[in-house]
This record gives sequence, C-alpha cells and structure tokens, in this order.
Amino acid sequence: MSETTVLPVPGADGAFGGPDELAAALETTGYLPDEGLATAAFLALAMHRPLFLEGEAGVGKTALARALAEVTGRPLYRLQCYEGLEASQALYDWDFGRQLLHLRAAEAAHATADTETLEASLYDRRFLLARPLLQALEDSPSVLLVDEVDRADDEFEAFLLEVLSDFTISIPELGTVRAQTPPLVVLTSNRTREVHDALKRRCLYHWLAHPDFDREVAILRRRLPDVTERLTREVARATAKLRTLDLLKPPGVAEAMDWATALHTLGARDLDPDVAARTLGAVLKYREDTDRVHAMARGALFGGG
Amino acid sequence: MGVASHASRRRDVVDTVLGFARTLRVAGVGASPDRVEAMLAAVAALDVLDATDVYWSGRLTLCAGPDDLERYDSAFAAYFGGESPRPVPPAPREVQRTVTTAPLDPGPGEGDGDTPPEMSGQASADEVLRHRDVAELTGAEREQLRRLFALLTPAAPMRLSRRRRPGPHGAVHASRTVRRALRDGGEVTRLLHRRARPRPRRVVLLVDVSGSMSPYADALLRFAHAAVRAHPAVTEVFTVGTRLTRVTRELRLRDPDKALAASGSAIPDWSGGTRLGEVLKAFLDRWGQRGTARGAIVVVCSDGWERGGTDVLAGQMERLQRLAHAVVWVNPHKGREGYQPLTGGMQAALPSVDHFVAGHSLAAFQELAGVIQRA
Repeated sequence: MSETTVLPVPGADGAFGGPDELAAALETTGYLPDEGLATAAFLALAMHRPLFLEGEAGVGKTALARALAEVTGRPLYRLQCYEGLEASQALYDWDFGRQLLHLRAAEAAHATADTETLEASLYDRRFLLARPLLQALEDSPSVLLVDEVDRADDEFEAFLLEVLSDFTISIPELGTVRAQTPPLVVLTSNRTREVHDALKRRCLYHWLAHPDFDREVAILRRRLPDVTERLTREVARATAKLRTLDLLKPPGVAEAMDWATALHTLGARDLDPDVAARTLGAVLKYREDTDRVHAMARGALFGGG
Repeated sequence: MGVASHASRRRDVVDTVLGFARTLRVAGVGASPDRVEAMLAAVAALDVLDATDVYWSGRLTLCAGPDDLERYDSAFAAYFGGESPRPVPPAPREVQRTVTTAPLDPGPGEGDGDTPPEMSGQASADEVLRHRDVAELTGAEREQLRRLFALLTPAAPMRLSRRRRPGPHGAVHASRTVRRALRDGGEVTRLLHRRARPRPRRVVLLVDVSGSMSPYADALLRFAHAAVRAHPAVTEVFTVGTRLTRVTRELRLRDPDKALAASGSAIPDWSGGTRLGEVLKAFLDRWGQRGTARGAIVVVCSDGWERGGTDVLAGQMERLQRLAHAVVWVNPHKGREGYQPLTGGMQAALPSVDHFVAGHSLAAFQELAGVIQRA
C-alpha cells in the first residue's frame, strides 16, 4: 500500500468553479440551497473537510447529501447512527459463516496440511463484509452520509474522529485501506446532545434554518409540481405562521410538503379552514400543539388570500 | 501582479484573519488556531475580496454551535465595518448582560466576623455541621463544610444500554462463537454469550439561583460540581432564574472554588427573580425534548417561588415528567420543622414530582445523592 498524502487543493474537484455553480447544479436535482449552504458544500468539496450540519428536524439535512451525490456523480453511502452502534456495523465484519464453510470445504479436500496458507485464505477480502465507512473509502470518490451522529454514543464519536482525520481504516488481518480521494462527508445532527468539540473542529459547521417564504414556495413548487400554485403559497404561509407560535415541534419543510400533498390528495385547490383543520395531523405531531391551533381563531391562521 | 506584491497581499489576508479571530475570541467564540487555519484555507478557496465569501468562510470554520452565530455576526460587523451580510437579520433580542462576579458566599463581615477561625473537637464538629442548615452557617463553618463537600462522590444511577458485552449467559454471541470454532478447527465446541452492558444514566440538575434561594445556591452548586466531577459525560447542570444558563462546562474544572467562580461569572441572573415556568420551558424546548431530559433523572433545586403564573409551571412539569425517567425536587425549606409546601409554584409542581426531598444540609445532600442513585 503506497503512502500518499492528499493535500487539500482548492478547486481540485474540478467540477465546480464556485458556490454559485454548485448551487445551480443542486437546483437541477430539485434541491434549492441558500447562499450559506451552497458555500458550505462547495468548501467541503474543495477543502476535503467533512460538513457538519445541524438544524431542526425536516429542514433538508439528509436530502442535501443525496443531492450532492447526484450532482457529483458519486455513489452515496449512508450510515444511520443509533445508540449502541458498534465498529462492526460501521466499518467491516468478517463473514464468519462463510469462513466456517470454507474451512470445512478445505478439510473435505484434505487441504488443511499447510496451516499458514489455510489461515491466509480464511482472512481473504472475499470474506470481509464492508459496512458504510469502509465502502465509502473503497469506492472512492464517494459521498458519505453519517446521519444523526448525535444519537450514537461517545465511544463511537471517538472512533469516527479517528477515521475522519486521515480517511484510512486498518484491518489487522488484511492491511490498511486508504481512500484515493477523501470522500465528501456530510454529518448531520438534530442536537439531541452536544457533539464533542474535537469532532466539530475537523468539520465545517453549518446551522440549517427553516427556509424563508419565497424559498419554501420554490421548494414546494419544485417537489410537488401537481399542487396548484395558490395552495402551495397558502401552505407555505400557514406553515411559516405555525413556526412563530412557539410549538413543541415547529413544522419543517418535510411537514409542509406532507401537508400540501395531503391537501392535494383531498382535492383541495386552496387552503380552506375546514380541510386545513382536518389535515392538521400532517404538520403537527403533538396533541398539545394540535389543541392550541384548534383553539385559535381559524381565520387568524388560514384566512386571507 | 508580481511575486512580492502577491506575497504581501497574502500576508495582509493572514493578518486580517488573525485580527478577526482575536475579536471573535473577545466576543466569546472560541476560534482556536486550527479553526483559523481552516478559515484561511476557506478564504483561499473563495474570493478574498468578496465580503459575503469572507463572511461564510469564517462562519463555517470558526463557529461551533448556534450560540456562536449571533456573536459571530456582531463581531463580523464590528471588525469589517458595515452590516454583516447575513441573509436573515436576527430578531432583536434582550441584550446579554455581562456579569463580572457573583456573590458565591456572603463573605466576611456582616455579623459573623467575630467567629473563631479554628474549631476545637474537629470530628464532632464535622458531625454537627453535617446536619446544620447551610443558610445559618458562619464564615468559618462554611469553609469547613466546603472541605466536606469535596468528599461527596455521588454514584451514578445505571441503566441497560444497547451495547453488548460478553457475558456468561444471555443471547448467543454468534461472531465470537464462530471465531472460537475457527480456532478449534471448525468445530463448535462451546456457545459464547453476550448481554447488555449497563451504562450510567444521565442526571440533569436545574439549580434555582434567584434571590430567595441565594443562601443555598453556593451549597447546591457545590453538590452539582461534585456530581459533574464524578461523571462528567452524563451530568448536565443548568441554573434557573430569570433565564436559563448552562454551567456544565464551567463546573468541569477540577478545583471546586475555580469551578464555582467560573460558573458564577457565566450566570447573568444571579440573585434576581424567578420565572420558573418559563425557564423550564426554555430548558425543555432547547435541551430537554431534544434528548437531554429523555430517560434522565432530572433534579430541580428550588423553593418553588414563582413570579410568573403557576399554570405554565404546572404544564411544563407535566411535560418534564413525560420525558424524564424520574423527577426529583429539592427544596431546602423542606428541612425545616413544620414545613408545608404551600407556595403556588410548589403546589403546581408537586403532582409531577417523583421524589420530594430536602436540601439544606450536607446530610440532606448525601441523602439526595442516594435518591438520585436509586431513582
């Protein structure tokens, strides 16, 4: 395995001249980033630094990784984090069952005399099950999405830090795997717990806020072309209003999309208060929130053109 | 452009960025050298002369959390002049008051100046001190109690985690079993097992630092410090007054006095009023519901004096109990004889409290440590 140091060469990725170009490319896939996000994604590509995205649920953190994979033409590997996630589920695992079969086959063929060769044949690449992190390094260049990293426990964070600092994985039985081009890493967090500073320091940090009204309308229009423009605008306006109400769970873009789809499915052409009240379950996910909104004057929320 | 002028321009950029990083550090954003280096790389990848590009390259590399963003914006505006090119102007907020020091102890004078500095009969005095109300202590006795606080090591409550460890029984650990079999020439001779590994449960302390609690705040924060020092990864401490302040980071300092001084200067609303319900709501919105309170043992240390309406407090306590594993309420006045929880806040909170305990003396704190461990 040759030692190669990959220096961060600005613009080495070649494809994009600047944040604006990347934003335009992302827009063709249906993802509409704002200026800050486009700059963040561009720098992540140019500087080979992981991008750490934080923000409310449903603002499009995961969708960005998908869109980036699409515009760069790279394969996407996703690692969903959860408590108790272990290295064998994130990196690699040996396929013990097949190893055992291999051993039995060798026995049957009376080929077990040379133990050294036998052992070497047991720990062959074909018995290695690559998990997302290893896959992303092997299939370089790629996009690696580490989703909801705040849900994994701190042991895993330390381990992730190790992999992300030099993009190598060493497998004792096989050797070191190094990415020829570091993968574009997108880490997302819902801030259920504070992620360690050491991990954040290696990343570009971006806080993703809810989109403004015009952008939200544009996103909804792009994703749901069948829904009438009038309904889209009214859903966006009502969703924005809901976000100001200090709810337990303010609706994100994903919820706005669900709501518009629900209304469209019911054949609504605009947001009339009755249909809105019946479909409120698509945007509000807490009983307390629903009660509060129901108690409000309907006109206050859904009225007006 | 010649080589010399190119080099000098590069130096200009470096100087400017370093100066900006200094400004940021003063504003409270910890722009560490490696982050500054990252900003230089980011600026190089973009356009140095474009204000927006400089803004974003700094914000993406130097900031570490949403709290930093506002400070970053104002520091950027101050350093580079003009408005920060942030697309959405931040809503006008209450101006953050920087507080220099907070009265962590009443200090000498004020009636207790004539106490003897040395106490005779150390052991029995310690024993008496353990049960004395901390609000009624003299300066020297406080000093004595501080030393005793250092000996307090609250044990963490445990829970089962999703992580597994090898064990004598439990589910079969397939990979270890097969690995063992490979060593034995492909013969499965013995089944190996694994079971859930216990992990410490999170403990969240909400310490009321309002005026009515000021005789106890020092002792409560010392208890919090002992808890944080014992299990830094799973203990969170917030102070509650007219606003919510997270002091976990400050309390991680080893020396109790330094830790208390650091958290004292981080608390802007020391000895002010209480808006328990609203601050509890802020805690739940910002931290609790996202995960800090989920499955945790939440300890509220307050006398239940509520300046705002008690409806908010009752509602938020219900919400807290739904999220938390157990809710413990520590009221220093409960240690007094004939105490009745009559304050409106206490009345509103009690239905959602699992354990209601006193917190007025060292012995009470030891008991509290036991309650937390068993909760």
